Amino acid sequence: MNDDNPIGINRREMLASGFATAAATSVPISAQAKPQPADQPNRMKVTMTVNGEKRTLDLDTRTTLLDALREHLELTGTKKGCDHGQCGACTVIVDGRRINSCLSLAVMHPEAEVTTIEGLGKPDKLHPMQSAFIRHDGYQCGYCTPGQICSAVSTLQEMRDGIPSHVTADLEGTPPFSVDELRERMSGNICRCGAYSNIMEAMLDVAGERA
Amino acid sequence: MKFDKPAGTNPIDRKMVIGKATDRIDGPLKTTGTAPYAYERHDVVANQAYGYIVGSTIAKGQIASIDTADAKASPGVVGVVTWENAGKLGTSHWHTARLLAGPKVEHYDQAVAIVVADSFEEARAAAKLIRVQYKRADGQFDLAAQKASATKAGDGADSAVGDFASAFASAPIHLDQQYTTPDQSHAMMEPHASIAAWDGDKLTLWTSNQMINWAVDAMSDLLLIPKENVHVMSPFLGGGFGSKLWVRADAMLAAVGARVTGRPVRVTLTRPMVFNNTTHRPATIQRIRIGSDKDGKITAIGHESWSGDLPGGGPEGATNQTKKLYAGANRMTALRLAVLDLPEGNAMRAPGEAPGLMALEMAMDEFAEKLGMDPVEVRIVNDTQVDPENPNRPFSQRNLVGCLRKGAEAFGWNKRNPKPASVRDGRWLVGMGMASAYRGAPVMNSAARVDIDRNGVVTVATDMTDIGTGSYTIIGQTAAEMMGVPLDKVVVKLGDSSFPVSSGSGGQWGANSSTAGVYAACMALREKVAAKLGLDPKSAVFENGTVSAGGKSAPLTDAAGLSAEDRIEFGDLSRKYVQATFGGHFVEVAVDAYTGEMRIRRMLAACAAGRILNPKSARSQVIGAMTMGAGAALMEELVVDKRFGYFVNHDLAEYHVPVHADIPHQEVIFLEEEDPTSSPMKAKGVGELGICGVGAAIANAIYNATGVRVREYPITLDKFVEQMPRVA
Amino acid sequence: MRAFSFERATSPAEAAAAVARTPGAKFIAGGTNLLDLMKLEIETPTHLVDVNDLGLDKITPTDDGGLRIGALVRNTDLAADNRVRRDYGVLSRALLAGASGQLRNKATTAGNLLQRTRCPYFYDPAMPCNKRKPGSGCAAIGGFNRNLAIMGVSDKCIATHPSDMAVAMRALDATVETVKPDGKTRAIPIADFHRLPGDTPQIETNLQPGECITAVTLPRPIGGKHVYHKVRDRASYAFALISVAAVVRDDGTGRLAFGGLAHKPWRVEAAEAKIGDGAKAVTDIALAGAKTTPQNAFKLPLVERTLGGILTEARA
Repeated sequence: MNDDNPIGINRREMLASGFATAAATSVPISAQAKPQPADQPNRMKVTMTVNGEKRTLDLDTRTTLLDALREHLELTGTKKGCDHGQCGACTVIVDGRRINSCLSLAVMHPEAEVTTIEGLGKPDKLHPMQSAFIRHDGYQCGYCTPGQICSAVSTLQEMRDGIPSHVTADLEGTPPFSVDELRERMSGNICRCGAYSNIMEAMLDVAGERA
Repeated sequence: MKFDKPAGTNPIDRKMVIGKATDRIDGPLKTTGTAPYAYERHDVVANQAYGYIVGSTIAKGQIASIDTADAKASPGVVGVVTWENAGKLGTSHWHTARLLAGPKVEHYDQAVAIVVADSFEEARAAAKLIRVQYKRADGQFDLAAQKASATKAGDGADSAVGDFASAFASAPIHLDQQYTTPDQSHAMMEPHASIAAWDGDKLTLWTSNQMINWAVDAMSDLLLIPKENVHVMSPFLGGGFGSKLWVRADAMLAAVGARVTGRPVRVTLTRPMVFNNTTHRPATIQRIRIGSDKDGKITAIGHESWSGDLPGGGPEGATNQTKKLYAGANRMTALRLAVLDLPEGNAMRAPGEAPGLMALEMAMDEFAEKLGMDPVEVRIVNDTQVDPENPNRPFSQRNLVGCLRKGAEAFGWNKRNPKPASVRDGRWLVGMGMASAYRGAPVMNSAARVDIDRNGVVTVATDMTDIGTGSYTIIGQTAAEMMGVPLDKVVVKLGDSSFPVSSGSGGQWGANSSTAGVYAACMALREKVAAKLGLDPKSAVFENGTVSAGGKSAPLTDAAGLSAEDRIEFGDLSRKYVQATFGGHFVEVAVDAYTGEMRIRRMLAACAAGRILNPKSARSQVIGAMTMGAGAALMEELVVDKRFGYFVNHDLAEYHVPVHADIPHQEVIFLEEEDPTSSPMKAKGVGELGICGVGAAIANAIYNATGVRVREYPITLDKFVEQMPRVA
Repeated sequence: MRAFSFERATSPAEAAAAVARTPGAKFIAGGTNLLDLMKLEIETPTHLVDVNDLGLDKITPTDDGGLRIGALVRNTDLAADNRVRRDYGVLSRALLAGASGQLRNKATTAGNLLQRTRCPYFYDPAMPCNKRKPGSGCAAIGGFNRNLAIMGVSDKCIATHPSDMAVAMRALDATVETVKPDGKTRAIPIADFHRLPGDTPQIETNLQPGECITAVTLPRPIGGKHVYHKVRDRASYAFALISVAAVVRDDGTGRLAFGGLAHKPWRVEAAEAKIGDGAKAVTDIALAGAKTTPQNAFKLPLVERTLGGILTEARA
């Protein structure tokens, strides 16, 4: 490998990009090639059932399910933490399964049944998992919380459905209910405030188990 | 209300509401997704446009030209703002680097433009069409390489007592080691976000900010408008950890974008941009020297730390705790600061102590081993009840020994095998480690307004923020305790610059200071209420919605319509006494004997941190900080590309923070403590103590498990796997 | 993200034809990697063909006793399938070691094979990258390359393939079935599916333009103990530093494939003859010719030690 010119950039490219420097070995070339002018957005209609209500949206095809919920339906309980599937704050339940709504286009979900945090419960009528999060202080800033709760509800369902996990010792049996199983399955939901230990207590409480 | 004498008995001491483990009053909003965060305010102003920020692709140099023609012509675009058309902007002393580059570029991903469009999708697409030509300048990006050029980091950078050099040289036992901590990112879950709207020359900003008053101040300075023309609201934040102490590019460019385009503008930083555009905890190189007699009593202790920042920036104060934590007649500390052209370094949860204790408490573990003493006992024999740099100044309270003893007992520390790499559990090597925790307990003046309505509902308004700390609840508890009403009769309004100026959230000062401000306002209100009801204010008892004195009583509702505002103003008690919080961390880890994979099995912290206002949320603060400390010990590192001068791993897939599977059940013990010198609340704050020392406790446990000492954080397995004993 | 038009295809051949006839078109299935990259304009399709309605979401037995896994079978469903858990445990294990529950619910079998590298320079459009922009250079060489490739690298690219699933499939000798725009089908052995970077790191597989994956087939079960050991920087939800997919039989024979080492799942069949001689004997052959950097040289001992653990426990 040639460490003298690690980025393999040549001088012509560099000048074409407008860099007036001699630091040839350390110049990012950047995205300096002339981009093509933007095309007109394409719009499409999509109808889905969100929290039990049929909703039809006319959307730019680029709209993610997350932005359709937050910006178009103003269901802002679903959070944008990274927009790249790396944090889980956008977790919603679609057709019975939890997914990252940031990595799915709204137009990919015609006729889908979408449940968001707002569909699980309301401040005066909390879902048992929401109550348990409050009781066990399973949150701090609250930003990852809707995703954690949607994921927690789905996780308990996935365990009931017998879906194995990375920590399931015996693949052929029914995964045992354990806090290690819950932790592994919840690992796609990052909580930077660090409420993990309390979230486990909340989930164990809802599942009827003791820590 | 002046607070310049230790508090006597006061209404808070009844502890009918304060001190009780209480569910957060904002819980129903947060758990149902109905708490409104900054970017979610569809309700506040019509016709909002979307802003999308473009960051610099060079670390240092000049913008030669910016071509925005294609972006402006892109569908849906309302306007593009760069330094060339932003209008005159000021600077703010809260920032080292400017929030909008041009023509000078000071760091990678410094904002160079904002595109404003009708939709997020259109703004994002158009942002890619902006072409910036740069003149790149050489920069300095390597702390180790710049260490020799580092200079004394301002007044107070150094301290010295006695004759360190001679004492260290003559000490029969001595340790001299270097430790490093990397750049780290706050990585709070909500990226910085703002909505800005202008009404004439008046700005309203809905943002995500820890310090409302600083935000007003900075926006006024940046936009060159009077402070009274700035209205900032931040009722909910998706975490901050120091990253949101100051307004960032989202706030300023939302305001500038709105001013230029005439539309209200909403902006969020994208996650990949957060890491290089905003602040981070700077890396450190630390040298620690400890000398002692054979009995383990320290005779000489020295701590030097090197860090870097942009020109005009500040150091990471990694020597803070070493000035206070252990006794020793001869001592020195020194902070050195190098110029680096990386993004701006600044405060992250427990700045100073967090990285400082990662080094100091690993050094203490090594020192204990040299002495052949138990690590807990070494710390206990070096306890001090006075400031070791100024023996005339006592600690207001200091129960480090109690934390260590109680923590050790609860954890089962006596089961630890002091011989490293000697406990095996199947394929796992098992070890235990511990560390002291230390964090100062600063206070800040704080004001609040309290009023009573005809239903007996007490409403508190203060510009204090709740960044996950539980401010809503402890402020509510304080008002309930003071006014003698149940918590559900209290309404708490936070995070609005039209409210009285509070301490804000930072440096673990928020809980104690802001509730003390509420205490002051409540005392003022109690006087008014008593006067109105014809009762003696000195002896009046507020309880169960009733005010009683001298055998007479009246319902609080008879005082409906009354309102009072006051401010707690702290005197010089914090100079007379060292006010600080203490703890002991105990950790058990398992290390895969084959692969070096590490799993934390148990964590326990024993804390002495003044009166605990809400044990439920205080415990959460501690476990959360322990979790962040686990990240610092095991995985967190912003990796510097020293050629291009930026943090390479700028997303949450590559900048690893702990996930559920990394964190075991965590135990927290609070020692009984009330500090009358700290405030009328007798509290100290506990938001940062949990991260202090825990990283070293984990590191020490890994050493105990494996027998391999890694002094460069984070302790990833590549740094020691080859040195582990062969097992197959 | 550039603007794109969108259509839903209803048959594999139609989907392949739609992509072939539209310049800049791409298939979208789970979208978990493609949308991630489109947001950064690393991928810039002008037209998306949604293949989720193709009916390729079934797992069915093959005539020779194996399994045919539809291209659209979600990672969760593949990992949870009772036949896979019983007969191809290494595949279940690999899938469950990857990503998160949410991502596995969406990600598909074909999409998993087509994941693109996680090299941080590939992910930053401001940086040179021969994979993203051929000829621009490789910033990873001489840069941050702790988690990049040590086997089969070129001076143009040291990226790794991020899939766990593909590593297990490589150990199992899977076959990728496709349909081309002209309607013709073919079967590609997984060994020949991914490419090494060479001079064209932007070309990652041997698929032809418009060629659509329809299924992955597994040969009849080979028995043995199935292990997938993924070593990563945190306990879950992270890409591999290295991984080992192993099938070890009682007679000392077996299969081994490695992840996190190369631009494709890494397998050297000749090394498998040495399983009985221990991890070092295996890695001496499997990792011969490794080209490491100071940052990623740890992968060599780590693979050996990880394999050592697997073989020790398999014998126990």
